[in-house]
Amino acid sequence: MSKGFTPSPATPAVITANDLRMGHCVWMRDGAWTADPREAELFEDEAIAELALLDAIAQANIVVGPYLAEARRGPDGRPQPTHFREAFRRRGPSNYFHGKQAEFEASNV
Amino acid sequence: MFDARPQHNEYLRHRAQQFRQQVERRLDGSLTEDEFRPLRLMNGVYLQLHAYMLRVAIPYGTISPDQMRTLALLAEKWDKGYGHWTTRQNIQYNWPKLVDIPDMLDALADVGLHAIQTSGNTIRNVTTDAFAGAAADEVADPRPYAELLRQWSTDHGEFQFLPRKFKIAVSGGKKDRAVIAAHDIGLRLVGNDKGELGYQVWIGGGLGRTPLLGQVVREFLPEADLLPYVEAIIAAYNLSGRRDNKYKARIKITVAERGLDVMREEIEAEFLRRREAFTGVDQDLLAALKSLYAPPAFRNEPEGDYEQRRAADPVFRSWTDTNLSAHKQEGYASVTVTFKAPGQTPGDASAEQMRLLADLAERFGHHDLRISHEQNVVLPHVHKSDLFAVYQELKAAGLATANAGLISDIVACPGMDYCTLATARSIPIAQDIAAHFRARGLEEEIGQFNIRISGCINACGHHHLGHIGILGLDRAGVENYQITLGGDGYDIPAIGQRAGAGFPAEEVVPAIDRLIDAYLELRESPEERFIDAYRRLGVAPFKAALYPADA
Repeated sequence: MSKGFTPSPATPAVITANDLRMGHCVWMRDGAWTADPREAELFEDEAIAELALLDAIAQANIVVGPYLAEARRGPDGRPQPTHFREAFRRRGPSNYFHGKQAEFEASNV
Repeated sequence: MFDARPQHNEYLRHRAQQFRQQVERRLDGSLTEDEFRPLRLMNGVYLQLHAYMLRVAIPYGTISPDQMRTLALLAEKWDKGYGHWTTRQNIQYNWPKLVDIPDMLDALADVGLHAIQTSGNTIRNVTTDAFAGAAADEVADPRPYAELLRQWSTDHGEFQFLPRKFKIAVSGGKKDRAVIAAHDIGLRLVGNDKGELGYQVWIGGGLGRTPLLGQVVREFLPEADLLPYVEAIIAAYNLSGRRDNKYKARIKITVAERGLDVMREEIEAEFLRRREAFTGVDQDLLAALKSLYAPPAFRNEPEGDYEQRRAADPVFRSWTDTNLSAHKQEGYASVTVTFKAPGQTPGDASAEQMRLLADLAERFGHHDLRISHEQNVVLPHVHKSDLFAVYQELKAAGLATANAGLISDIVACPGMDYCTLATARSIPIAQDIAAHFRARGLEEEIGQFNIRISGCINACGHHHLGHIGILGLDRAGVENYQITLGGDGYDIPAIGQRAGAGFPAEEVVPAIDRLIDAYLELRESPEERFIDAYRRLGVAPFKAALYPADA
């Protein structure tokens, strides 16, 4: 969980939640939701991030518990997690090849 | 009261239908998440890290073969082919979809199982000894009392919104195998000097962020007074338990802050009032439950070639040495099937394994199965002449690991691989420790050993009760593991004490390794367990092994 940070170019953020019907992790992009963390939108501006979070909270019939999670911009420009909890949410459990790692068959999710 | 027979249950179907409608109202926007959350929790539905999780109660760990097959069906049809035995004799499914859970509850209702009160601030699944009705040292079978408590507590109108969750354990053995001292209420079946049966009543135990052992509030409670007395305890707590602070809301804090004597006075006064209201219906029910749990028709036969098989097959002998427990009936043994094979996630059972156990219970085990709080399964009644056949079938399914009670029989919560509350992972640590000591070939030499791992301070892995306890924390964005020493959940209940600074994940196995080497060096004989040596020598030599640079 990422607390106590302000989205900025130095500390970008993604908005993430769980899908209401299915429960899996989702990330926000252009006001909609994707199950692929590599597609998540990076927020580098505090005001824009807060507005987007309000929008996410308003989509309570689609997702549960949206929050801002700290991220970093990877070499390919896509978001990467900064905390191990977010890394696990993107990948799935370590004891089985289940969750996102199986969904996307890509070890570098 | 709630009808609990293992068969189709209209009331449970009705409850599942209610939940189906609640899910529909959540999906169509009539219910907000804030409104829906307590409703789903009442039905054992959590939202975890990767998915929803459904926790199904296995009442006091007792389950029939048909019920076990239904658990297998749920795993296969609505999950990823497996379930997870918990430290409170429940099963958790890690991957259900919210929209499927009403169907899962329907399937459970058809065999009398449910997820009611497996979450929320209510009376949770009553737990007991996995060897109930079988153990050689038993004073009385705890299951009729556990079932009476379950029927009474299920949907008990007064106790649906307690200050915090509430856990009751009942133990029937001379040796406590239900961790009585770590429960909100612990009941030990005991006899008095007149030869009457009753209970020694403990209150105020619990682990979590403030681990406290319970205290005896009543030395001897007559058998017939169980429900009014338990009701009086919970009624007193319901009034005086703190609702201003979640972390101070358990009865252990109420007892610690107000004192046992104050609580006892209130409980005894309330008990007198409550007892008036009991008309004896509970005693009729108890009598019926006792006949329900009458011993099965044990066979009075010779042991067959059991001893010859043991002599001829060292692997079988090793399994019988570790995984059998003494049975009250001559010619019988209780079999512990550990779910702790090398590389396995502690407590995970596949649908095929569940079905095999159901079949074995029918063919060789008087139709009886138990889930133990050590995350294993017990076949309580197996005739010795059948043990080799049972062993062979278990072996073919990868379930004959001879490690019950050994260092690789590790209790571990799901940790951050699944749980949204977790601060670090538990499962990989358990797997690494088990693999390490197996590779060193030391398991049998180390002997009886108890490692327990929790992935956060809430202590679902009961780490405080492990001879070695491991607590996973988040230290500045890195998984870090604190080690506690000297805990015991059995003979002499004890809360383990923190040894010192935590270790990064990759240093946990080497740290435990140093501890074990120190223990093997220090013990007086192979019979002296780690916990015995710790009690004899104190923490110093073990601390020195953990932190050699400080020594």
